[in-house]
Amino acid sequence: MLHQMISAGFGGQGVLLLGQLLAYSGMNEGKNVSWLPSYGPEMRGGTANCTVIISDEEIGSPVVVDADCVVAMNRPSLDKYENNVAPGGKLFINSSLIDQKAKRTDIEVYYIPCNEIADQLGNSRVANIVMLGAYLKKTGVVKPETLIKCLEEKLGKKKAHLIPMNEEALKKGAECVD
Amino acid sequence: MAKKLMKGSEAIAEAAIQAGCRYFFGYPITPQNEVPEYMSRRMPQVDGCFLQAESEVAAINMVYGAAGAGARVMTSSSSPGISLKQEGISYIACAELPCVVVNIVRTGPGLGGIQPSQGDYFQATKGGGHGDYHLVVLAPSSIQEAADMVMEAFDIADMYRNPVMILGDGMIGQMMEPVEFHQPPKREIPEKTWAATGWDGTRERAIINSLYIEPEVMQVVSDRLQKRYELIKQNETRVEEYKMEDAEYCIAAYGTTARVAKSAVNKAREMGIKAGIIRPKTVWPFPSEAFCKAADQVKGFLTVEMSAGQMVEDVRLAVNGKKPVEFYGVMGGFLPTPNAILEKLIQLKEGK
Repeated sequence: MLHQMISAGFGGQGVLLLGQLLAYSGMNEGKNVSWLPSYGPEMRGGTANCTVIISDEEIGSPVVVDADCVVAMNRPSLDKYENNVAPGGKLFINSSLIDQKAKRTDIEVYYIPCNEIADQLGNSRVANIVMLGAYLKKTGVVKPETLIKCLEEKLGKKKAHLIPMNEEALKKGAECVD
Repeated sequence: MAKKLMKGSEAIAEAAIQAGCRYFFGYPITPQNEVPEYMSRRMPQVDGCFLQAESEVAAINMVYGAAGAGARVMTSSSSPGISLKQEGISYIACAELPCVVVNIVRTGPGLGGIQPSQGDYFQATKGGGHGDYHLVVLAPSSIQEAADMVMEAFDIADMYRNPVMILGDGMIGQMMEPVEFHQPPKREIPEKTWAATGWDGTRERAIINSLYIEPEVMQVVSDRLQKRYELIKQNETRVEEYKMEDAEYCIAAYGTTARVAKSAVNKAREMGIKAGIIRPKTVWPFPSEAFCKAADQVKGFLTVEMSAGQMVEDVRLAVNGKKPVEFYGVMGGFLPTPNAILEKLIQLKEGK
């Protein structure tokens, strides 16, 4: 199994965390993983992206060119990475912030209103988790339970009260693409 | 200890702590800022000292001082910063002091850019500062290996009283991979009787110095250093061979480039091209013997680097004209792609 993905959006949307949670979960399911952020003159409010590879085999280049999946949380990310989806791959679009449709016809495209769902849940910051819910539903790359466990570890005891909301966000995201 | 997902820079810093490093002096520069950031948080927890110096020159001279007092000490920087540290590194080498210097290489020359590069190979392996000296230079190709190498680097430095460099690149610094911390194999490390820890009248005074005006004395120091380098060559040369048993074509690559090359070799094998990799894990001492031996087996070599061609010179010296040694380099801060390396392998096979 080899899963290569790109997660992109505005700084602050949690696109790096989205990738980290995937990598973390992959590791905890016994896979080889790598997570590579774009680093450059980026700043808060600018664009951010990361690439994640989850594989049974040793990982060669951590750079992803032909992605199995791309997550675009904002419009510049869609413009930049739509062409990086390998033919037959999947593109996940945050339709709350992106009003245009994908141009590609050789890939599967999913539209998820991440921010709206997150707002309904009472916290706009879980938009990335809503996206992950849809992502896991369609890719099955890691189990949602593993991901929640990783989130528990990452948040620690002090923020444990946020777990139910994140679980709900994952569920709502998944329902979106059912 | 369970595996943790860590950034390379953070794994390097934690490995140093686990190896007993209690002094870190540095100055910020991308792409290794997570090393000092991590150290600034972690050092106070272990009663160590993190100090952000006023410059790279100050930082390396603080390392000189701490090393002279027998402490396990580290500094880290990236290419332009490492250039600034060269005078101090040369002094430390001459004063025969152990320390660890991390270089997370970015593009150059000049201030260059902040993306990954292997353009500091010459500087790391052929001197860097002035005079006849060598650093032991370890080149990790994964986050796990970076952690392992840092931990062993302190032992190697203490064992030979010589500075050790970790030669990474922006990719190693920024990437996250699973990592576990293991203590390296136990070594007999001599007591630091030479350290300047205060004179109590019962032993010879410890003098930390790199100035030898008398030619006869300088000659003795130089001979001693050179003998030590020979010993390091015998004992510490490390290399990894990948699918070399029946290889007809050999890729020479180190660090990040070597892992990309692995993907290329696997693709080549699927196409029926018998390719393998020789990956120097120590770029100084350089594993010349492995290449020399392979020259009797393979039809040709392809050196791949993120540079204009630096390690390729050492490969050619080792192969000594027995077989062609081609070069493929990528610059500017890009990684070579597996497909591009594969194409070069096919060209090598077809004799183009």
